[in-house]
Parts: sequence; structure tokens; C-alpha cells
Amino acid sequence: MIKVALVGAGKMGISHLAILGANPRVEIVGVCDSSKIILDALHRYGHFPCFTDFNKMLQQAQPDAVVVAVPTKYHATMVHDVLKSGMHVFVEKPFCLHVKEEIELVAMAKQLKLVNQVGYHNKFLGTFKEVKKILDANGIGEVYHFHGQSYGPVVLQSKQGSWRSKTTEGGGCLMDYASHVIDLINYLIAPITTVDSSRLQKIFSVDVEDAVYAMVALENGVSGMLSVNWSDETYRKMSTSVTIIGKNGKIIVDANECKIFFKGKDVPEGYSKGWNTRYVTDLTPSVQFYLRGEEYTSQLDYFLDCIETNTVTKVNSFSSAAQTDNAIFLIREKQ
Amino acid sequence: MERIIFGDNQFFAVNHISDEKSMAQSIRFKEDAAIIKTLDVARNNGVNTFMCTTHDRIERICTIIRSNPVKYETYNMFPCLPYAHKYANSITENGVLGTFQKFVPGNMVGSLLKGGMAVLSRDYMDLMELMIDSELKMFKGLHTPVIFLQNVVTDLLLGLRMTDFLVGFHRYIKMKYNAEAGFITMNMPMLVDVLESAGIRQPIICTSINKAGFRMSGGMALYEKVLQEDRARIIAMQILAGGAVPVSEAIEYVSSLPGISSLLFGASSKTNIEETVSYIHHFDQMYTVPKNVPIYA
Repeated sequence: MIKVALVGAGKMGISHLAILGANPRVEIVGVCDSSKIILDALHRYGHFPCFTDFNKMLQQAQPDAVVVAVPTKYHATMVHDVLKSGMHVFVEKPFCLHVKEEIELVAMAKQLKLVNQVGYHNKFLGTFKEVKKILDANGIGEVYHFHGQSYGPVVLQSKQGSWRSKTTEGGGCLMDYASHVIDLINYLIAPITTVDSSRLQKIFSVDVEDAVYAMVALENGVSGMLSVNWSDETYRKMSTSVTIIGKNGKIIVDANECKIFFKGKDVPEGYSKGWNTRYVTDLTPSVQFYLRGEEYTSQLDYFLDCIETNTVTKVNSFSSAAQTDNAIFLIREKQ
Repeated sequence: MERIIFGDNQFFAVNHISDEKSMAQSIRFKEDAAIIKTLDVARNNGVNTFMCTTHDRIERICTIIRSNPVKYETYNMFPCLPYAHKYANSITENGVLGTFQKFVPGNMVGSLLKGGMAVLSRDYMDLMELMIDSELKMFKGLHTPVIFLQNVVTDLLLGLRMTDFLVGFHRYIKMKYNAEAGFITMNMPMLVDVLESAGIRQPIICTSINKAGFRMSGGMALYEKVLQEDRARIIAMQILAGGAVPVSEAIEYVSSLPGISSLLFGASSKTNIEETVSYIHHFDQMYTVPKNVPIYA
């Protein structure tokens, strides 16, 4: 059994807790949150050992691993405390607010040989995984342009909100929403290293941006555009898609399907010249426990696998999340 | 007991395989009349039960149905609550407690917050009951013989091991609404085990069952085993696996399985509705497997 503790029982935290709670190889040894009403319910009905003091939980519960799902501004300190205690850590995205903090945490996790993962769940989605496979095999030839988009209905009118509406705490469309598509681009093609221009637009929010538009370039010179808007109510829920254009083909991928065009006859197995459509239903193996999407279970399974097999994190490691945060900083700086 | 139940995903742009199709559906069903027309096509094909989310627009559909009592005299609705995205989007914006405050009527959450750790456990059940009542208001006066808990909540409670709320839901629906409680889940075998150990026998469960094995958590073999054991009244959903399996093949698979009471499907066009219904009749005649006990008495 892997002993896991969780801090931050908000939207993502509760979801992680349920997925881990249903996993037979996990024992939940502690849940920590600042809200007594939530802790009380978790303790009374879920029978979880609950704590209001984070460090006390680490000391008393002695977990093997900790899931950190608190607001972003607390990530650096808490992740530091977890690593210092010699425990593996899964932290929600985005990773940290400041690059300096990240450099230290990346080094620390590496030196202490601890599993370190950040919750960019899209990489565990069947469609994006398939596209990664095709790109890695040079399936559409030399990639020369991309367009990353993410739209959804989060802030639809003017009003004061939670920590997500404060930039200093990790809120706003850039950190909360655009981070997903940035991270996907970094993963699928190459890390974003240059921002030619960017615009952060307030639509309904007072303190943070509701939309992000940017022209960027990647480490390998490929150029592309980002267009993200969380105030678009024509979407029922968050919808992230990436279009990738290569000299021998084109890919349009989102969480549900990937549409791939191959110019020539030299195609990966199972595909043919011209347009091909593959659906998530074909590309997603079933998980042991499902909540909100297979990818949420798969990413935690991967985290647990790395712990059990003593493997270095390859997907969503601290260093890959730090590259995503770096792109976020560059976009903010350039506007 | 109805073998075929009509779903509502197509009306609310829920499409598991294509965002483009989602948008097309959104445009197609902009007017309530388009929804009613499609429900009537299903009714004319003998599909007399509509399973629907407590989406804002369903409230207007309920009003239309209520104002045509003769036409819809025998029409059944299976409400599924809550409409999760309404809450999920609100949690991102307002936090968990802010969301409770926004949606729970009265000062319940305020008094819970003030009470802190001292609140009685009864209060959490009260909170759940208030939310159920607020979601079900729109169905007043309509036939709702089964009322479902949506999978995101069922499965969340399942993972958090908060079985008391599942039992509480079951009890409250029977007591207050004189209806049967149903549970939608993506984790059917686990849910059956948990409900049975909490004393709920032969629960009504709506769950993904399809030839692609899509969203059948724990694997198809385990699902098929539980179906054989006849431990629940099962409604199979996502039978077409979002379109991944050809219609006739998809329906032959679910028709050939024992232990499935009803099949849930949704479609937009008259042709697709007619085609699906006729395939179900065709394969049901071909496979005379036990179809389990009636979905409700």
C-alpha cells in the first residue's frame, strides 16, 4: 500500500481524493484543508483522518506521497516542505508563481530522487497521446506552424470571485486556462521560448485577464498562435484544441477526436493517405475507477507507478511544468 | 416497464466524440419546439420515457409537457440531478463553499459555516435534501417514477466512500417523491457492491455498456459477470460508444447480454431514432435472454 496524504480539498483536491480513495493500492493517511466544514464532512462521512495543520499532517501521518492541490501561491512552500520530508509529490497545475522557486524545487526533487509530477492531465488523454506518437515518428514531416486554442464558460459576467480572480495568487485565464494549451504545445512539438507579441484582455474580470492571444515561437524555431478565452459561453465546458501543420500533413486534435491529413502514401500503421479521424472512444483504455475523465485516473496511476517502481518522472515532471510556467511569464511580460 | 428510454445529451450539445457536432446540435435545438418535436418522434416510435438532466432548458420543456396533459398523459420523465457543469463552473469561480451559498436556498450554508465543527451531522443530509428539492421543482405535477443521481456525484461519493449520502438519496427520493432512486455511474461493479453492503438490493443503475468497452471501468469482463449475477436493474447507456461502433453491431451486443432492463439512447433525427428503435426490436427478438425484473413496479 502507498500511503498518500492530500492538502487542499477544493475542486481538484476532492476529485483526486475520490480517485485515490477508490484505488486499492492507496491508503489515504491524511487530508488537510483550511475549511472546517469540508473537513468535518470528509471526516464524518468519508472517515478520512483530517488535519488543519499541514506540517502536523506530514509529521503524524508519515505519508509516502503527498498531493498538493491548494491555490498556486502556496505551492512552492508546501512542495518544498514535502520534498524536505523525503516524500514524493503530485502538485496541481500551474506549478509555481516564480521561476526562482521552481529551479530550487526541480533540483531538490532530482537530488533526493523523489517522484515529482504536476497535474497537466491532457497528456494522459488518448487523442493527445496518439498525436504525440505520430509527431515523434515524424508522421507529418517537418512541422512549421501551429495554432493552440482553449475556450470555455468560466467567467461570464462581472463580479468578484475567489483566488482565481487574483493574478498574485495564480488566478486569471493565462495561468489557470491557457497553461493547459501551452503545456500541450510544449509537450507535442517543443517548448515555447520566444513570445513575439501578446495581449491579455479583460472582458468581465476586474483584476485578471479573461482572454489571452499570443504569437510565439518554439525552441526549434516553429512559430504559432495561441488563442484562449474563458468567457465564451458557446462552449459547454473547457475545450482545448491544437492544429499542427507539417510539410507532409496536418493534425487537428482535441479531447474528443484527432483528425489527421497525410499528404503522401507514407503513413503510420492504421492510417491512410488523406483525412483520417480517430475518436477518443477508440484511443482510451478503460481505467479501474472513472471520475470526470479517464485522464484524471491515468495521471494518478502513473504517479503511483513511478513510486512503486522507483522510476524517474518522464511525463509532467517539475522541469516540464517549469518550462510551461516560463512561457506563461514570457507571455505576461511581452504584452 | 419500458425497454427503450430516450436521452437528452443531443439537446444540450453533449457529444462525446466531436466538438463540432456539439455546436451543430446546439444550433439545431435552439428552440424548445425542436426538442418537443424530437421527443414526439420518439414517442411515435413507442419511446415513452425521457431521461433528462435538470438543465435550465428542461424547465421550459416541463412547462410545455405540463400544459398538454392529454397529449402527455402517460409520458414518463426520469430526472437526473444535479446538472453538474452549472456547479463545476461555479466552483472554479466561487469555490466550493461559495457554490453551496449560491445554489442552496435560504441561510442553510451561512448557519453551517457559523456552526463549524459543532454542526450536527443531520445538517449535511438537510443540505443534500434542500438541493434535491431545488433541482426537482421543475418537474412538479409530472410523472417521475425514477429519479437519478448524476454519475459525477455518484462516483465522487463512491470514491470518497461517503455511502451515507447514496443511502440518504435513495431514502429521501422514496419518502418525499414516492419514486425510486436511480444511480448513474461509470463504475457499475463497484457501485453494486457498495450499495448491496449498505442494504440496497436490486438498485436501479444506469451505466455505460457498449461493445467498445468505453467507460466500463474495471473492464468489460467484470461488467458482464455482474450482469449475469442479476444484482441490479440496469439501464445501459452510451450503447453506441459515442458512434465508435456501427449501430447494428452496437445494439446486437447490448441486446445479447442478460441482465439489462432498459436501453438508453439519444438521437436528433427522425431517421436515426427510427433506425435505432427498429434495431433494438430486431435484436431483442433474436436474443431471448432474461431482461431482468421490471425497472419499476
